[in-house]
Amino acid sequence: MTETVLGWWGVPLAILGGAIRASTPYLFVSLGECLTEKSGRTNLGQEGNLVLGAMTAYAVSYLSGSPWLGVLAAGATGMLLGLLHAWVCQFKKVNDIAVGIALMLFGIGVAFFFGKPYIQPTAPHLPAIGFGNWSDIPQVRAALEINVLFLFGLLLAPLLSWVLSSTRWGLMLRTVGDSSDAADALGFSVNGVRMVATMIGGFLAGVGGAFLSLYYPGSWNEGLSSGQGLIAVALVVFARWDPMRCLYAALLFGGAGALGPALQSVGFSSGYYLFNAAPYVLTLILMIATCSPQRTLTGVPGELSITK
Amino acid sequence: MNAIAKKTFTHTLKKLCTSTFIFSLSFALLPAAYGDDVVVGFIYVGSKGDYGYNQAHALGAAAVKAMPGVKVIEEENVPETIAVQNTMESMINLDGAKLIFPTSFGYFDPHILTVAPKYPDVTILHAGGLYQEGKHPLNAGSYFGYIDEAQYIAGIVAGGTSKSGKLGFIAAKPIPQVLRNINSFTLGAQSVNPKITTQVIFTGDWAMPVKEAEAANSLIDQGIDVITMHVDSPKVIIEICERRGIYSSGYHADQSELAPKGYLTGAEWNWPKVYTDFVTLLKDGKPFPHLLRGGIKEGLVKVSKYGPAVSAKTAALADAAKAKFMAGDMVIYKGELKDNKGNVVIPAGTALSQTDIQLESMDYLVAGVIGNTGS
Repeated sequence: MTETVLGWWGVPLAILGGAIRASTPYLFVSLGECLTEKSGRTNLGQEGNLVLGAMTAYAVSYLSGSPWLGVLAAGATGMLLGLLHAWVCQFKKVNDIAVGIALMLFGIGVAFFFGKPYIQPTAPHLPAIGFGNWSDIPQVRAALEINVLFLFGLLLAPLLSWVLSSTRWGLMLRTVGDSSDAADALGFSVNGVRMVATMIGGFLAGVGGAFLSLYYPGSWNEGLSSGQGLIAVALVVFARWDPMRCLYAALLFGGAGALGPALQSVGFSSGYYLFNAAPYVLTLILMIATCSPQRTLTGVPGELSITK
Repeated sequence: MNAIAKKTFTHTLKKLCTSTFIFSLSFALLPAAYGDDVVVGFIYVGSKGDYGYNQAHALGAAAVKAMPGVKVIEEENVPETIAVQNTMESMINLDGAKLIFPTSFGYFDPHILTVAPKYPDVTILHAGGLYQEGKHPLNAGSYFGYIDEAQYIAGIVAGGTSKSGKLGFIAAKPIPQVLRNINSFTLGAQSVNPKITTQVIFTGDWAMPVKEAEAANSLIDQGIDVITMHVDSPKVIIEICERRGIYSSGYHADQSELAPKGYLTGAEWNWPKVYTDFVTLLKDGKPFPHLLRGGIKEGLVKVSKYGPAVSAKTAALADAAKAKFMAGDMVIYKGELKDNKGNVVIPAGTALSQTDIQLESMDYLVAGVIGNTGS
């Protein structure tokens, strides 16, 4: 039972807590999609990977009793769907966006079909580390209960950034993404690289789904994702294909999503539909503020079908 | 997605049936498969294991299934669109259903109103209380429970158990039914402790797991120690309350398994009784009520068993209120009642009984509720 009353301090705390709690799925999906898009393909199937990952993780965790096994299984299903996407897209004149939409519907359908018996039971959750134990305010402690997957995501963003910019593998990936002709001339396997990138992207999206069902909100049901995978794909564009910016964008989205409920909880109750829309309004404002007719987008892969 | 795909499939199948010989074949085969059993169909808007609205109805269907001479068919995840018309028609034409319970509020108008006149020998009964005598088809009906009576009792339990005197209510949308639950819960709590407040958070829709989780966390951060809700699936909220060590009060179905420590009680539907009563009437060929309404006394709603945190004194207060509901002399809404903006909504000396139509257009939150009915 909490004794401390925070009042308006609850709002920034909720935004901080929300940024930590709700950002992880956005982070994983957008990092995965960033990698895939850097190789020159857009995988809109990430929403399907996220939902299927959430279902698989919950089912495996429930059946095996090990949430980590669930995370791995979720990653594996994402990888499988990624493989399917890459395999179909390697053929000539196949549109990767259309395949992505088809796989999104497929992933969601499969998840709903097999997910029926797992809506009711309660599966073991992923552990969290209490970083707030220095504080004796229970609300701060609760906000700083940080899930291990979020920490992985925090490390993954700079790692991915480094791999892309400073390693041979990263150079190869970027070459394939910027000009498949140049990559061909250098003897890189364009389809091979894209396949690996899409599979890793799918793996990360599946892990993001595992976070949804195994930690926060922590339960499998059919309305769990409500489009978070698609938003994460859009975040990649918003983040200009930069893993570090994907991290900031995910944090921003998670935090802004907490704004609506937090304001209502302190009694500021008018216009909650507007505050619930805060993440989207914020994205629009930032997009408009950072765009310019004088220069093209920086960081955009040249092979991407939306820019070609 | 798969529900839609399946619907289109059955729809196509049905079209095929009517145009070819399969039509006569299916008629010859299907009734034989079910024997002389009465076929009863149930249609749900979501998944029937959701610890919420649909599960409550599915429990009713399970009770019907246990009756002799009855065959139950069910379909989940049917959206409130033309899809439900297709489901109803295929239940009638392919399965030979004589009685259908489409259980979601949005199924009635225009979907049931379109299908019912086409099949006068089939009875379609809808959960929502929207039937109007003389205006709607004779083979349709509607039933509806005053679940706010159960919320009033849950409010007594919450008010008697809360240490901080601050309750939380996570609701989907500010529509009259929801506002009535919030108000009854608050009035119940205030009957124990007049100073109690209820903080409301509207999430904007019936199933928003992430937003519901955020709302629960925000309320707990504000020192609220009992949370109840009006959303389709309370599972996420109840689990968060239990994890963060506060009390919760359930809704729709019994969620006590999810929170063995903190679950106080809950407002539940009692569909098994309603559905078995209807099926018995139908089997005996007796007329059925076109508009069935009622609360605790009529057995349409009930209260979950009290959890371990509820003191004997609080339980006695709640039971006393329950007894008054059973006797039929409990009035929740009586003057002078003010809303949370200070306006008098029910003048002194006026008492509105549960059946009063005025209560069905409720657009205010009573004093003590922190929240806003506007969007």
